[in-house]
Amino acid sequence: MFDLVWLIPLFPLLGLIINALTGWKSAGVRPGVIASAAVGLSFAAAVALFFELLRLPAADRLVEVPLFKWIAAGALSTEIAFQIDPLSMVMILVVTGVSFIIHIYAIGYMHGDRGFNRFFIFLNLFVFAMLILVTANNFLMMFIGWEGVGLCSYLLIGFWYQDDYNAYAGRKAFVVNRIGDFGFLLAIFLIYATFRTLDFTEVFSQAAAMPIGAGVLTAIALLLFVGAAGKSAQLPLYVWLPDAMAGPTPVSALIHAATMVTAGVYMVARANVIYTLAPTAAAVVAIVGALTALYAATIGLTQFDIKRVLAYSTISQLGYMFIGVGVGAFAAGIFHLMTHAFFKALLFMAAGSVMHAMSNQTDMRIMGGLRTKMPRTFWTMLIGTLAIAGIPGFSGFFSKDEILWQAWSGAHGAPWLWLIGAVAAALTTFYMFRLIFMTFFGTLRADDKTAHHLHESPGVMTWPLIILAVLSLIGGYVGIPAVLGGSNHFEHFLAPVFAASAELRGVAAHGGAEGHATGHSLELLLMGIVLVLVLFSLWLAWRYYGRKSDLPARTAARLGGAYRLVFNKYYVDEFYDAVIARPLHRISESALWRFIDVRIIDGSINGTAALIGAGARALSALQTGVVQNYALAFVFGVIALLVYLFV
Amino acid sequence: MSDLSTMPILTILTFLPLAGALVLLFVPRQREALIRWFTLVLTLAVFLLSLPLFTAFDGANPGFQFEENRSWIPSAGIGYHLGVDGISLLMVMLTAFLTPLVILSSWRSVTKKVKEYMIMFLVLETAMLGVFLSLDMVLFYLFWEGMLIPMYFIIGVWGGERRLYAAIKFFLFTMFGGVLMLVAILVLYFMHGGQSGLYTFDYLALSQMLIASKSQVWLFFAFGIAFAIKVPMFPFHTWLPDAHVEAPTGGSVILAGILLKMGTYGFLRFCIPLFPTAAQQYGWLIMLLAVIGIIYGALVSWVQPDLKKLVAFSSVSHLGFVMLGLFALTLQSVQGGLIQMVNHGLSTGALFLLVGMIYERRHTRLIADFGGLARQMPVFVTFFLIITLSSIGLPGLNGFVGEFMILLGTFEVNRLLAVLATTGVILSAVYMLTMFQRVNFGKLDKPENQELKDLNGREIATLVPIVLLCLWIGLYPSTFLHKSEAAAQKLLDEYRSKQDKIALIEEMSASQTNVINPK
Repeated sequence: MFDLVWLIPLFPLLGLIINALTGWKSAGVRPGVIASAAVGLSFAAAVALFFELLRLPAADRLVEVPLFKWIAAGALSTEIAFQIDPLSMVMILVVTGVSFIIHIYAIGYMHGDRGFNRFFIFLNLFVFAMLILVTANNFLMMFIGWEGVGLCSYLLIGFWYQDDYNAYAGRKAFVVNRIGDFGFLLAIFLIYATFRTLDFTEVFSQAAAMPIGAGVLTAIALLLFVGAAGKSAQLPLYVWLPDAMAGPTPVSALIHAATMVTAGVYMVARANVIYTLAPTAAAVVAIVGALTALYAATIGLTQFDIKRVLAYSTISQLGYMFIGVGVGAFAAGIFHLMTHAFFKALLFMAAGSVMHAMSNQTDMRIMGGLRTKMPRTFWTMLIGTLAIAGIPGFSGFFSKDEILWQAWSGAHGAPWLWLIGAVAAALTTFYMFRLIFMTFFGTLRADDKTAHHLHESPGVMTWPLIILAVLSLIGGYVGIPAVLGGSNHFEHFLAPVFAASAELRGVAAHGGAEGHATGHSLELLLMGIVLVLVLFSLWLAWRYYGRKSDLPARTAARLGGAYRLVFNKYYVDEFYDAVIARPLHRISESALWRFIDVRIIDGSINGTAALIGAGARALSALQTGVVQNYALAFVFGVIALLVYLFV
Repeated sequence: MSDLSTMPILTILTFLPLAGALVLLFVPRQREALIRWFTLVLTLAVFLLSLPLFTAFDGANPGFQFEENRSWIPSAGIGYHLGVDGISLLMVMLTAFLTPLVILSSWRSVTKKVKEYMIMFLVLETAMLGVFLSLDMVLFYLFWEGMLIPMYFIIGVWGGERRLYAAIKFFLFTMFGGVLMLVAILVLYFMHGGQSGLYTFDYLALSQMLIASKSQVWLFFAFGIAFAIKVPMFPFHTWLPDAHVEAPTGGSVILAGILLKMGTYGFLRFCIPLFPTAAQQYGWLIMLLAVIGIIYGALVSWVQPDLKKLVAFSSVSHLGFVMLGLFALTLQSVQGGLIQMVNHGLSTGALFLLVGMIYERRHTRLIADFGGLARQMPVFVTFFLIITLSSIGLPGLNGFVGEFMILLGTFEVNRLLAVLATTGVILSAVYMLTMFQRVNFGKLDKPENQELKDLNGREIATLVPIVLLCLWIGLYPSTFLHKSEAAAQKLLDEYRSKQDKIALIEEMSASQTNVINPK
């Protein structure tokens, strides 16, 4: 069975090949069905593989399946080889499962689009690349998937390429991601230089023998994190993700919320041994995560575009995951990755359903009162919102709580990290309920034409919402922490992957270590504080946006410049543009090209040529053909020679 | 195919195109269709002949294979010596692969003097193959300079508006290097004669020589400048944009695909093995110039308004990678450099083909004249996308394999330069995707573009082989890397052992002679 693991990425590859060869002529939904079926098969295979993996004893749950040698020269030997362990298994299940649901939704959402077939080809290509990313057994193969998903992101953000902004947004995503990949590549070089291999198992077992805080490990960890910050939209490389919303909404749900952007979190969790041994780098991860979580949440408070609110929310939630993996709570980070995949995919697709109803408008200022018009979308989106806000009982509560507790008490945790996380949680609740109230409550503020078209989305779109809503509701119950009487199956399942790290830290492999009474009461206290904060935010959001009120405008006016700063996203895009992009372009154009290339290099060469030409002409003037002149020159020459020889 | 070892396969391969050119001389010029088909079939035959050479080539053998060695002008020590090793094999294959595609791409675009055009390309193919296969310095030099003449005419006759300026510039730059090289070859000849009493131009004999490190420096630079111009390395690159802009599509493809590789090939074949001490001493300079070329070429490429100039400057950047790999002198980097030579031939060759295809339709190369082509020409844009991705080194396609190996190998030797060179990964995405967006995305708002026809069957047939090869190298590079690894390893071993020997001898002997007797 494990030998057939290559089938999982193969299905979407086949799907895209079939569509690429035969889909162009088909007018109906066939390409969508083929693409969805392909991913469905992958999911089925993944489930089968999961049960196969469960049958193995926990300590043996690491299966490597080599396919063929890829790049090799001398000591360098890299393979295309799969690695199945609990961590990649979770990722495979999340990727194929959520992808499958979103594929089906997209059949409805993209119906009638000119590029229907092209869309599903790219989408299948994405699933393929993402599966390569999470199943690789070495850094280089992971890099194939890593850049592959980046390519699909580029293609799908700019899917409606006729609008220049979309094309620009796609390119921006690719280029910013390449800055991250620059770090990833350097990390790979350094890993190879240090360990003479790029295989995960080999690298990590060698690294485990190195001392804590070894400089080279810190460097590797930081370089890897540059890559992670690019892909997972962390400070300062997050700038591409808000613009990525230019892509069709299923893309935002799948790539820019549920799967691709979490690759960085996966990477840190995968390299957990290195981060455990490089506490400085791990602290950087946690701090960057915390700052990003807070920073993006503040921007989320002020945006009016429904997708942009969700985009900043995604950046913020990814920050949470990095707090988790940064403080050494790898399982908690991955747990949040999974629940976030459920509720954020749900939120995006519900937003897509709203846009579908609102003639593709995204400005929440013209929405309102949609609750009654599209009840399924409303209820499912509400569940997603309760989940992300961390209301007890919903999936987000368990995973977020786990991260916050670890931020306080974890291996590299600190109370102030917890505090930032708690504030961000409150902000999250506020902007999410702001979204809910502005969209679904009050009265519709759209024009008549839009109002006339309002409708609930078809079943092919709402059923996926319902499935994800169920997952957002119950998805957390696989990881109920000990403090609430659970046994955290999720963490136990992942424990073997993080066992080496746990051993290095000298604590037991599973998270129930803090099972003494003081820990428990503190954990419950902190949980209570966060809950109060969250409920207060919810109430505040209701005060501001739940009913007609001039409170938002008054507050904005009172805050003045501070509000404008946040509303304009701290002018970071403008800053990058003015300080990096434009000067570099100007230097390339006027200094490098027009001056150095044309004037100096070519100018001197053409000048030399002209000089030679002029010299030749001057010399040819000497060739007068008059014999007396030659004789005269000859005489002078002889005299000069004699003088030289005898004087 | 009978036993290759009994057949003078390399001679047949090299001179078949020239023989074809001779036949064409007797074909009436009005029979254009016949001339085209004849040339296509002939160049295809050359390619088909090269395939058994590739499969029969023993990758485990680091030396020259299929050698043919006959005396030619024995009184002057000039021989007719051909041979192929792992380093030249890939270049020979690339030449044989690209030439028929170039002929196919010129099917409709060349209407003026078709017969002469085809003859020029056939002569050119013989010269190119000859350069890669010659193991005699005089023979090599003849092919090297011989290649200039058809290329000069291809640019000067079938080129654009400023074709004469470009052709002469190309000619003078290359000639200048060629003269330096000729002097160096003669010096080698007399050195060897003086040292062993045997006056010969044979490469294998000359490459056995141990040359005093002082003399090596001069010879290294005499050869090196000739090759650096050809590559072209910064700052010797300014002939390239002009030549590319003015050359017809076929000329650009061959220029970028093969001719530039002769420079990098020359470094690998002559500069490193013959002058190892100098290569070691001045390797930093070459690597530095290579890294400058990578970054500089990319930035200048970014601001070009003309598609062909953009691709030309991108070549400066890409060949910077190749040079960096060769002079980092690790197995990974040299192997990466070799495969990157092939990669650049494929992806840049294909880019020029693509630019040629829209130039044929619109008679402009200015990026600003396009926009929104994706809507009108989806097949064209699909190919364009794949080649663009190959050019920016997306893993899974060919470009990544080369760049990765070069950078990994360089990182072992000089981390700072490797880090600087890796910024090329970001910059290539910037300039290529900016161009790609401006040409293919956005609104199809120019009326001239709204009538554009998508690619026809012949054009697709020209591109498909290249795309398939890009995928092959990207996914399973072992097929090609295996062929050259032993030769690359031998190159590195000899580079080190020769250096050691020379250093040892120079340490021991206080003599002032230029030439050291090996035995």
